[in-house]
Amino acid sequence: MIKSIDQVFVNAKHWLLSWLAGWPNWATQVVSSLINILALLAVFLTLFALLSVLERKILARIQNRYGPNRVGPFGLFQPIADGIKMLIKEDIVPVRADKIVHFLAPVLIAAVAILTLGVIPYGRNMAPFTIDCGILFFFAVGSATELAVFMAGWGSNNKFSMLGAMRAIAQMISYELPLIITVLPVVMVVGSLTADRIVAAQGNYTYGLIPRWFAFTPWGMAAFILFFISGLVESNRTPFDVPEGESEIVAGHMTEYSGFKYATFFMAEYLGMFAISGLAVTLFLGGWHAPAHALEFIPSYVWFFAKLSALLFVYVWVRGTLPRTRIDQMMNFAWKFMLPMAFTCIVAAAVWHYAGRGLRGWLWSLLVIAIVYNGLSILLDTKRKFAPRVYRFAE
Amino acid sequence: MNGAAFIVIAISTLAAALAAATLRKLMHAALSFAVALVGVAAFFFLLGAEFVGLALVFIYIGAVAVLIVFTILLTRRDTGKDHGFNWAGAIIAVAVFGGLMWAILKTQSLVIVAPHTPALTVKRIGVALMTTYVWPLQCVGLLLTAALIGALILVLEEKQ
Repeated sequence: MIKSIDQVFVNAKHWLLSWLAGWPNWATQVVSSLINILALLAVFLTLFALLSVLERKILARIQNRYGPNRVGPFGLFQPIADGIKMLIKEDIVPVRADKIVHFLAPVLIAAVAILTLGVIPYGRNMAPFTIDCGILFFFAVGSATELAVFMAGWGSNNKFSMLGAMRAIAQMISYELPLIITVLPVVMVVGSLTADRIVAAQGNYTYGLIPRWFAFTPWGMAAFILFFISGLVESNRTPFDVPEGESEIVAGHMTEYSGFKYATFFMAEYLGMFAISGLAVTLFLGGWHAPAHALEFIPSYVWFFAKLSALLFVYVWVRGTLPRTRIDQMMNFAWKFMLPMAFTCIVAAAVWHYAGRGLRGWLWSLLVIAIVYNGLSILLDTKRKFAPRVYRFAE
Repeated sequence: MNGAAFIVIAISTLAAALAAATLRKLMHAALSFAVALVGVAAFFFLLGAEFVGLALVFIYIGAVAVLIVFTILLTRRDTGKDHGFNWAGAIIAVAVFGGLMWAILKTQSLVIVAPHTPALTVKRIGVALMTTYVWPLQCVGLLLTAALIGALILVLEEKQ
């Protein structure tokens, strides 16, 4: 019974495919892929609509106000109203813009975001498609985002757009390094680039109690935090949303977009956020595994989406709490702190592996992380004291 | 199925490559070049070499295409001036094409039916890189590190 609830979506797909019994092999494959794609889009576009209203609600709660509460019960129909508004808005294309590139940029950025969602296992036997190097696929396809952002900035033929695009690409390239390097220890320890194998490696419980998620080892915890910060940057979220800092450059690369194209950018940003959080869950938080042996009767996909929701809540929480950083602060942070720490994670994972993956390895890798962290904080301390701000004016 | 996929990918790759060579605006040419590279990566996928295809996308779309696009943006004014037919380029193109054709036709070991080989997994590539090709790998790593340090020195702020 428990098993059948866990596999209900997989069985539903098999049942649908059983209707095509007489069809040639390639047709069945195409239909099977189409079912996966439709399910993926349905789930994540619903999640996008839900999160867009929940985010405004949570931000409102943090800022001590009500938030959207006019449309439907508790303002839950707000995304529908927003969608209709976006659809019937005028779609303005600047006269001097490069029409084709201007049009293709939002298409490409949304396509990339949807493709990266495809390799994450959402439950037992529930990865939309499995390839030998799924993690590499995620980053290879995700790297096309930079090109899309550039197309948006250049195609708009607007200085704010171009500035925003250059900022976005600068920060994406800088933070892609720690993002990928923090994935390496997990790949090294598991010995595979397949998302399914990485999830399977985190399946057991130490002493039958503590789940063997990589986030519970010192190197895993450090890598998870670094990965999460890089993920914030990659999805252009506060406090790292300098590409669209509205007080400086209007809306960055999205300045000249309106109506549904703007909504597509917005959607791609959220889908990218889901993808990077989903990958974080897969790599460090045990994927769809339950946190305790006694809780395994709850279906695997419920666990996955519970963990995903927790991460998404932290995204919103951070947005409501922290102010925007300056671009030079961000760059310094990436190259002077994130990168050395990411390399340390690799070393710590190796120490953990060779010290026997037990308690001894746990303590040794904690020591490595702690030494490098303290060394970096001493080295990078600029001895700058808090003081009243000095204003300089143009004369 | 594979034949149809091959034809579709081949046509789109060739069309993108042709566009990259003929389009008037440099930026459009650079973007179509990126599309052509995606087509080449698709060929690798079709042949079952996922890792090579993904590495191609990763390096060429994520790094090289962005680099090209930025170089164009930061160095020249895109005036769209026609420079006339470039004879030297045509001669080089014909020479490269002729050389490749000669090499292909001269090869005797073309087997129509490929022998059954075990799947090219990342693991096998990794083992090969770490055993047989460890010296070339280390040399490349050293070279890249040197390039990185050189780039850092170039952009270091001069202390006044």
